Amino acid sequence: MSSFEPYETESGLSRRAVECIVALLLCAVAIAVLWDSYGRGAGWDGGPQSGFFPARMAWLLLAASAVVFFQGLRAERGILVTWGQLRQVSMVLLPLTLYVLAIGYLGIYVASVFFLAGFMIAFGSFRWWTILAASVLIPVITFWVFEMQFEVPLPKGPLEAMLGF
Amino acid sequence: MENIVYLLDGFQVALSLHNLLFMLIGVLLGIVVGVLPGLGGPNGVAILLPLTFGMDPTSAIILLTSIYWGALFGGAITAVLFNIPGEPWSVATTFDGYPMAQQGRAGEALTAAFTASFVGAISGVMLITFLAPLVAKFALRFGPAEFFAVFFLTFCSFIGMGKENKAKIIVSLAFGFILAGVGIDTISGDMRMTFGVTELMSGVDFLVVVIGMFGISEILLALEEGMSFRGKNAKIDPIVVLRTWAQMPRYIFTFIRSCLAGIWLGISPGGAVAASFMGYGLAKRFSSRGERFGQGEIEGVIAPETAAHAAGTAALLPMLALGIPGSATAAVLLGGLMIWGLQPGPLLFVEQRDFVWGLIASMYLGNIVGLIVVLSTVPLFAAIMRIPFALIAPVILMMCAIGAYTVANAEFDIWLMLIFGVVGYAFKKLDYPLAPMVLALVLGDRAEDAFRQALIGSGGDLSVFWENGLVTSLMVIALALLLWGPISDGLSRLRSRRPVAAE
Repeated sequence: MSSFEPYETESGLSRRAVECIVALLLCAVAIAVLWDSYGRGAGWDGGPQSGFFPARMAWLLLAASAVVFFQGLRAERGILVTWGQLRQVSMVLLPLTLYVLAIGYLGIYVASVFFLAGFMIAFGSFRWWTILAASVLIPVITFWVFEMQFEVPLPKGPLEAMLGF
Repeated sequence: MENIVYLLDGFQVALSLHNLLFMLIGVLLGIVVGVLPGLGGPNGVAILLPLTFGMDPTSAIILLTSIYWGALFGGAITAVLFNIPGEPWSVATTFDGYPMAQQGRAGEALTAAFTASFVGAISGVMLITFLAPLVAKFALRFGPAEFFAVFFLTFCSFIGMGKENKAKIIVSLAFGFILAGVGIDTISGDMRMTFGVTELMSGVDFLVVVIGMFGISEILLALEEGMSFRGKNAKIDPIVVLRTWAQMPRYIFTFIRSCLAGIWLGISPGGAVAASFMGYGLAKRFSSRGERFGQGEIEGVIAPETAAHAAGTAALLPMLALGIPGSATAAVLLGGLMIWGLQPGPLLFVEQRDFVWGLIASMYLGNIVGLIVVLSTVPLFAAIMRIPFALIAPVILMMCAIGAYTVANAEFDIWLMLIFGVVGYAFKKLDYPLAPMVLALVLGDRAEDAFRQALIGSGGDLSVFWENGLVTSLMVIALALLLWGPISDGLSRLRSRRPVAAE
């Protein structure tokens, strides 16, 4: 498998690129932590200051991710994840993000109805009444278990307020 | 002998109808968790942990450890029937388990796997029964410096013994420590690494991270490959079970080898995954039918399963006796103990004797319950895998969101879960180990506190870490484990060079 014949295999993100990008992001995290820790004091003041430990860990992270970066530069050429796989993943990640966003406005139960129904329509081949039953029943059962049995309150929205919960 | 008396008292605690019921529920939930992709042991326990906050700690931990047993059993079902390891430690089980299923010997393979799991787990529990009290008694003499040395040893052995890229293990550890430090610093009261985000003031809860990194990311990985599973059918009837059991005595040495390998890797944080491969490798090498491994040898199912479960159980020993978990799931359970107000570590054996021995007794019972349940319900759980993934996946994602929210009743945590899901996906794709990160996240605060207390006690003098024999030897062992890789490489190079030189 050589990268000179890109048409032979499915194309996608190369392992080398992803390794390096992730390592750089980790370096950035380390630098942010260093900046924060030294800002508060990462030295010795009658005992370790609050930034002492995080700063040491951040130096360690910086060093290790730099090593990973250079290893990444020399990594074998190869596809880590194909565009097709990435599309599959983003097809889940996008609705999931919308779902989390919707929980804030609609409450978790109503948001779940839409999430379940959407997911089943998009990915499955169910009959419409299966979709309707599953997407309504599962949140209702969840409501019964959490709010009534365990008395653990979950995020609720306007619909629950209207029904008096 | 004192221990036996305590253990019998423990059985009285564990044998109440109430607790047996929790055991049964736990095992059933655990098998579901083990069978479904995206819901593993650590993640399943993490999601259910908040629901147990109101329960009596003994019942709560019995429920949660039973989930752990169930998950250990459940991983084997998908490995044998679907050639999909439900849990990473079942990968080695697929090598011979799936070929056996293809030959129509699925019932035999599953019985062997479950029995092996049971034997491995019981050997681990017996080790805990006899060794944990001794370790705890010994550790009562520990001060902050010694505790920091033990933490240091744990992390060093992760780096030294880990099979992954060393730099990536260090990244994972350091990242976990940094995450553990986010929020208000308990000693100085300073705000650390919040970058002005008020939601971060209370810190990043490890449960949220576990749910994201083990749950969400696992689903993303599973969905990469599309959404259908096709599996073999299994029928388990008493005749198959008895016939398989009749073969077992033949493999006694396989059992012993795998138990020892598993216990060793479980106590040192090598973990169940490494143990299962080691057990398989050992059996292949020593078995008279070693060359036929991979074509459906029953021994190839027994060996990894026994080792994985011995390791999974033995991992609870350092958690109970020292407060240092040997695996990601043990780390989550440890977090649970702290939430219930129990301080894990040597004092637990003195102050919470009922709790500890009740838990140990429940380990015996939980595994017996687990074996019976799993043998009688395989068809049911195999049927779960036939529910379309397009329905299972959103339900799991919903459960993850609920689990993340209930940790602290914070919607921000659901966002954190999502972020760590993506981070976990990237880390898994690039072979960063996740267990060191979870451990560092759980232990970070305590390691740092021990470090700072030791130094405050000594007036900032670092020599506190080698001032007496105990702490010095712990530090030396830690450094030896840290440098184990280069040392063993050097040794094997010397060994392999010699015959060449002789030629």
